[in-house]
Amino acid sequence: MTPPQRRRRRPRERPPEPPAPPSPLAHPEGSEGEEGRDGPRNPERLYVLTGGGEDTDRAEVDLVTLVVARAAVPPPGIQPEQTALLRLCGTPLSVAEISAYLHLPFSVVTVLLTELLAAGLVRARAPIARQALPDRSLLEAVMHGLQKL
Amino acid sequence: MDFKSSDTVTGPRAGDHLPHTAQAAVKIVIVGGFGVGKTTMVGSVSEIRPLTTEETMTQAGIGVDDDYGAETKTATTVAMDFGRISLTDQLVLYLFGTPGQERFWFLWNGLFEGALGAVVLVDTRRLEAGFDVIGRLEERGVPFVVATNEFPDAPRYPVEDLRAALDLPEEIPIVRCDARRRASSRDTLMTLMRFLHSLAMTSTRS
Ligand SMILES: Nc1nc2c(ncn2[C@@H]2O[C@H](COP(=O)(O)OP(=O)(O)OP(=O)(O)O)[C@@H](O)[C@H]2O)c(=O)[nH]1
Ligand SMILES: [Mg+2]
Repeated sequence: MTPPQRRRRRPRERPPEPPAPPSPLAHPEGSEGEEGRDGPRNPERLYVLTGGGEDTDRAEVDLVTLVVARAAVPPPGIQPEQTALLRLCGTPLSVAEISAYLHLPFSVVTVLLTELLAAGLVRARAPIARQALPDRSLLEAVMHGLQKL
Repeated sequence: MDFKSSDTVTGPRAGDHLPHTAQAAVKIVIVGGFGVGKTTMVGSVSEIRPLTTEETMTQAGIGVDDDYGAETKTATTVAMDFGRISLTDQLVLYLFGTPGQERFWFLWNGLFEGALGAVVLVDTRRLEAGFDVIGRLEERGVPFVVATNEFPDAPRYPVEDLRAALDLPEEIPIVRCDARRRASSRDTLMTLMRFLHSLAMTSTRS
């Protein structure tokens, strides 16, 4: 019996990827105190700041960006969706989980988050992206964790 | 949007909260044809009951020429199952199991970007159902491994035949998997991680 036959494809030419943010595992102190900024209108291109001061790295809001509320009590005057988001994020929660619990699309959650970040009401912990040179210690940490499953 | 009040929102169950030490998250995407076992694999290794996130895509975003004015756009909602594994107190792994309509997967902004890699599940009864997604991963340079789900009535091809049929280079692992079993799904993820690790070793040596 002969299986059907596929033809291999080549990688597309792509512009070089922007440098990935530093791994928070390597610099555990550096990932706190992130603030939002006024982002561009396109919710697919939102950025959050991943540090303070001059040499800040920017990271996009990702499905696995971890979000934590900074204030225990939601301030008055924000949207009900944002109040709900703040309540959910008493402990760290990924954007994907926020989207699931709020029953809101990912891009809507990123818009809500941008405002909350700009207002300093939440903190975002940037995801670790696949880099041009993958961080071997990160891969080893993932393997070690999986082995315990 | 019919969002009424935050009181109606059900959040994580008692045991589903991440510790405050959680610093960072990584993701792996599980892809494959319709009904191949993607959701099953996510569920078998996840520490939380699998959740569903969704994204709204407009016609302009799914390959139709740009049009103007929101009222002329038709929106499509694409849902995505995902699960979670806390690897350490600081590091969390999310697994995304893509839904059946593959033309949407690669338009979901930020799904494959930044993913460590992908597991391609294939059903040997319908091998060609995985051809397109493998090609798209190749085009995007997303590293992946292939796992064949062993359905009872599925043909059992030798790995060399599968490799030839899928036209995969020697270094890409092809493994057998039973997505219903946690250990088997875990082993498949380990295969992907070892493959990524070997890629990292190669790129630092050259
Ligand atoms: N024998 C066997 N059955 C499996 C395996 N994995 C999944 N199944 C069964 O296959 C059926 C489909 O599995 P799903 O996990 O829903 O497949 P899916 O890829 O998420 O399907 P769609 O999201 O609809 O594309 C279910 O009845 C599973 O119990 C496997 O490894 N072996
Ligand atoms: Mg499914």
